[in-house]
Amino acid sequence: MAGYRPSYLNVFLTFARNSLVRDMSFRTNFILQCISTISWTVMNIGFYLIVFQYTDSIGKGTGWGRDEFFVFLATTWIINSLVQTFFMPNAQQFSELIRSGNLDFALLKPIDTQFVISFPRVDWAALSNLFMGITLLFYSLYQLTTRIDSPLVLDWRAILMYPFYIACGTVIMYSVMITLASTSVWLGRNQTLYNFWFYITNFSRYPMEIYKVGWGIALWAFFTFLIPVLLVVNIPARIMARPLNTMTSQMWQLACFAILATLLCFLFSRRVFVRALKSYRSASS
Amino acid sequence: MATVTSGQPYHGSRVKTWWTILKISLEERFVYRGDFALGTLMRFLPIITQVFLWYAIFAASGKSQIEAYTKKGVVAYFMLTMISRAFSSMPGLCSGIALQVRDGEIKKYLIQPIDLIGFLLITRVAHKLCYYVIALIPFAFVFFLCRGFFENGWPQASILCAYFLSLVMGFLLGFFIEASLGLVSFWFLEVTSLVFVYNLLNFFLSGHMFPLDLLPDWASEFVNLLPFQYLAYYPAAIFLGTIPPEQVWLGLAVEACWLIAFIIIARVMLNRGIRRYSGFGG
Repeated sequence: MAGYRPSYLNVFLTFARNSLVRDMSFRTNFILQCISTISWTVMNIGFYLIVFQYTDSIGKGTGWGRDEFFVFLATTWIINSLVQTFFMPNAQQFSELIRSGNLDFALLKPIDTQFVISFPRVDWAALSNLFMGITLLFYSLYQLTTRIDSPLVLDWRAILMYPFYIACGTVIMYSVMITLASTSVWLGRNQTLYNFWFYITNFSRYPMEIYKVGWGIALWAFFTFLIPVLLVVNIPARIMARPLNTMTSQMWQLACFAILATLLCFLFSRRVFVRALKSYRSASS
Repeated sequence: MATVTSGQPYHGSRVKTWWTILKISLEERFVYRGDFALGTLMRFLPIITQVFLWYAIFAASGKSQIEAYTKKGVVAYFMLTMISRAFSSMPGLCSGIALQVRDGEIKKYLIQPIDLIGFLLITRVAHKLCYYVIALIPFAFVFFLCRGFFENGWPQASILCAYFLSLVMGFLLGFFIEASLGLVSFWFLEVTSLVFVYNLLNFFLSGHMFPLDLLPDWASEFVNLLPFQYLAYYPAAIFLGTIPPEQVWLGLAVEACWLIAFIIIARVMLNRGIRRYSGFGG
């Protein structure tokens, strides 16, 4: 296939269109899926509203009050919905392809294998979470900027950096996921590893300050520097919501590190993926 | 359907049939014991984030107690709900029934002298027994490490009895609720979204996500009218003594009523469903 360069964008758009056509042929199911995703987010808000009846902030002196935390929660939803829409169904499919030997067909295509593995299915229903996330983001930012004591002043740099760090976070999540999925080449089956993904990303759902007590420091360091899932939501949410109305220099250092971490994560996952392909022995007869 | 088994010559052979089914399912389950034990240990990971979250909430609130819970009490609560859930959660039951109805495997129970619900119950008992045998070690290990969170120590013997009773009833209640949901597939072939909604409500209203005592009064009155609390909250609350001892048995009686109601619902649905059902081909 020397000299031939496939148009990645066109291929991706075709994938997206096919998935949409597929989703729309089961319209009731699609709507039900959207409703159930949305009710999940509503219940989450309910839970945190209960929590904030008993406390003013998450963690003492951290500045994560109700509205700041809702910015954080919105950021979590936005990143999760991006991961679920574009990558989750595909990573699940990847293990299945390895197990069944159908990966052969992907290997034969004249296009990068990681690309063709990562994008063929777009779960459009999961985008309803994105919608909920953006709504909550705007609502809580409105609350923060119009409150009477020390209202938040939105900085144009923050507004520009927010989507950038959302993208970084999504890439980190994707890298963790594709790395875990690749291991099924060696393990054959990895149901436990999928649970593992949920358990790891579970750590990203709260402000990082809550881990900075006692032996939690070790957890904080592990999930910041080794598997940087703690940076995923924390950095963009902090840039936007500015708990305590400031960004400390330590936070800026972490923000710079997040860019490096994103790059390293992606390169690492690419390495693992290529390695996995080399160890792949087709399962078909 | 229920009359098929009673057509057997004498009682002893029926017991033997069920015993054989139990034995086979147990052997089937023990095949994946390594995966099981590892999976069980990992299930405690989300509790770690819960611990940090609640410690942060307590630190910021400046209170030593929120409703009936101290800082350590909340952790004890979450650990106990793990046990409740180990009894009441029924992974794959509902979707399994739906799949059998859809692809026609259900015919098996129509021609063999086995009752569908009874068969599923026995295999589920086997699944759970096997799970407890393997999970006992990781559970005991984690609970031993975390014994400091249980500030009141072991409850009295009578409360402990009520606790075990509530766990067993929680198992049965969970089974019959999900079985009824699965049997809906006689009318609607696709029950996935129904299961999702059930799991969602279950997660929130059973007390798996947070202790139900934290709900505002109007909401807790409503939640008390539902059967979900018996699947996670109630056993944990009995153990921790959140429920006054004189009310414990009343609550268990209400739970028993729910259980009987769902046994009847599942039975009626199965009978009606089979009358509706039509199987084609081999």
